[in-house]
Amino acid sequence: MSVTQEQVRHIANLARIEMSEEETERLLPELNKILGWVEQLGEVDTDGVEPLTAVIDQQLRFRDDEVTDGDIRDKVLENAPDAQHGFFAVPKVIE
Amino acid sequence: MSLTDKTIAELRDGFRAGDFSAREIAEEFNAAVDAADALNAYLVKTPELALEAAEAADKARGSDSLKPLSGIPLGMKDLFATEGVLTSAGSKMLGNFLPPYESTVSANLKAAGAGMLGKLNMDEFAMGSSNETCAHGPVISPWRREGSNAAITPGGSSGGSASAVSARIAPGATGTDTGGSIRQPAAFTGICGIKPTYGRCSRWGIVSFASSLDQAGPMARTVRDCAIMLEAMCGFDPKDSTSLDVEVPQWEAGLSSDLKGKKVGIPREYRIDGTPGEINALWDQGVEWLRDAGAEPVEISLPHSKYALPTYYIIAPAEASSNLARYDGVRYGLREVVEGGGLHDMYKATRAEGFGDEVKRRIMIGTYVLSAGFYDAYFTKAQKVRALIKQDFRKAFEQCDMILTPTAPSAAFALGEKSDDPIAMYLNDVFAVPASLAGLPAMSVPGGVNGDGLPLGLHLIGNELDEQTVLNAGLAIEERAPSIELPKKWW
Repeated sequence: MSVTQEQVRHIANLARIEMSEEETERLLPELNKILGWVEQLGEVDTDGVEPLTAVIDQQLRFRDDEVTDGDIRDKVLENAPDAQHGFFAVPKVIE
Repeated sequence: MSLTDKTIAELRDGFRAGDFSAREIAEEFNAAVDAADALNAYLVKTPELALEAAEAADKARGSDSLKPLSGIPLGMKDLFATEGVLTSAGSKMLGNFLPPYESTVSANLKAAGAGMLGKLNMDEFAMGSSNETCAHGPVISPWRREGSNAAITPGGSSGGSASAVSARIAPGATGTDTGGSIRQPAAFTGICGIKPTYGRCSRWGIVSFASSLDQAGPMARTVRDCAIMLEAMCGFDPKDSTSLDVEVPQWEAGLSSDLKGKKVGIPREYRIDGTPGEINALWDQGVEWLRDAGAEPVEISLPHSKYALPTYYIIAPAEASSNLARYDGVRYGLREVVEGGGLHDMYKATRAEGFGDEVKRRIMIGTYVLSAGFYDAYFTKAQKVRALIKQDFRKAFEQCDMILTPTAPSAAFALGEKSDDPIAMYLNDVFAVPASLAGLPAMSVPGGVNGDGLPLGLHLIGNELDEQTVLNAGLAIEERAPSIELPKKWW
């Protein structure tokens, strides 16, 4: 499988990265080379193999259902590019 | 002998014996750090934090309340969130991010008495094998080829840590390893580095790259120093859902280079065409050193080894694309606002501006392999092959106690030599990645130098939670390998 210029633009949009025509053109052969290379996995017989999700066997733990946000709102907001009235501020979402 | 030439164990013991004060140690290292700007290893210097910890250590010595790392200043990879100290992950994206909290691993080191010399440069978001993807310029290795002044890479992504330890501007440093990022730079700079079993070190407060693979570990000059640091770094942490709730062994006390009764596995699939003769010769030498220490070499098979790298380059970018979705210009770091644009335009402009080429490439690959219609063909397939790779190791460890391989397929290369071809760069980690995919402890120890006078490393892989055997075999190699002459100071 190889990707097209159109798909590269689509992926860039899904990944929310602005890309110029020049950039998607440069990326196209690079992505196809990497994708062509990883496709060798198709040679491996994986019928009946369970996908590995946890590399070391362990039970997921439960924790108490308590708020653990640190109660440091203002400290957290200090890093925000724009904070107003104790919230993160963003450009207008609704027209 | 200057204090900066001493190992962590020597500094600790000398400080405890009263040969020198913690303040003297910190001052000497602070001065050495300041004199080494040419290496570009430190992104942020924190001499005041090193001195503060030294003062506490000197006081503790008077009152007999010393901690394991009292008096030892360390370098911190810039991937660890450090409270109030700039943390950039080698990227423009995080801007002037000042974490309001401390990562568990760096907090553990602090609680053990260690001071911090500063934050160490690295490949952007730990994605790279040469430090050339760093937004703040690459780290330079203190090593040079004989008869050449060409700038050599310290490897990556923990290149700043490797360069700093080998240049004696930190006695030890933290690293992180997703697919070889501790071990390859350790090999390239003639030092030791160990990645413990996945889950030993908490990932909390480490800027995430690929969460099912990311593990922290120490980088230092000797095996003993790695054991000392690792003991302080590990431990159960309820804030990381994959943290292992197991006891931390006393690895330093358990060190023994007597390998009688142990079997060392030599995987036949790691004999890869095109590996330079000097790498294979060192590997053979390593087998002899372990035999001399009492171990019995056995040939083993890890049949899916050749698929490890392509598996990694699906899983790691997939997890990265998901993890790095958080950089949206809203909560921290960079924000690029488009005149007259909305929220989506801001996301896209911010991410275009903040991420470098390699990070974008991996986010794009990851987004693609996770996208509708391709998820099963790429991502699920890779997870299945990962299961087979894990199974290979499981079977191998029924026949042996440790596995020996080279750490990297070459010595360090010059900056710019491989940066044009992503796959050539990825191949650097061909020997390191399988152990990462299997979550196993693995270590690089220096084995000697190549024809150009550059260091080469040997790579030991252990069974789950058996860091001790890895460290012991590392010690056996360290005792037998020719001692590597320090790089001559040119910086």
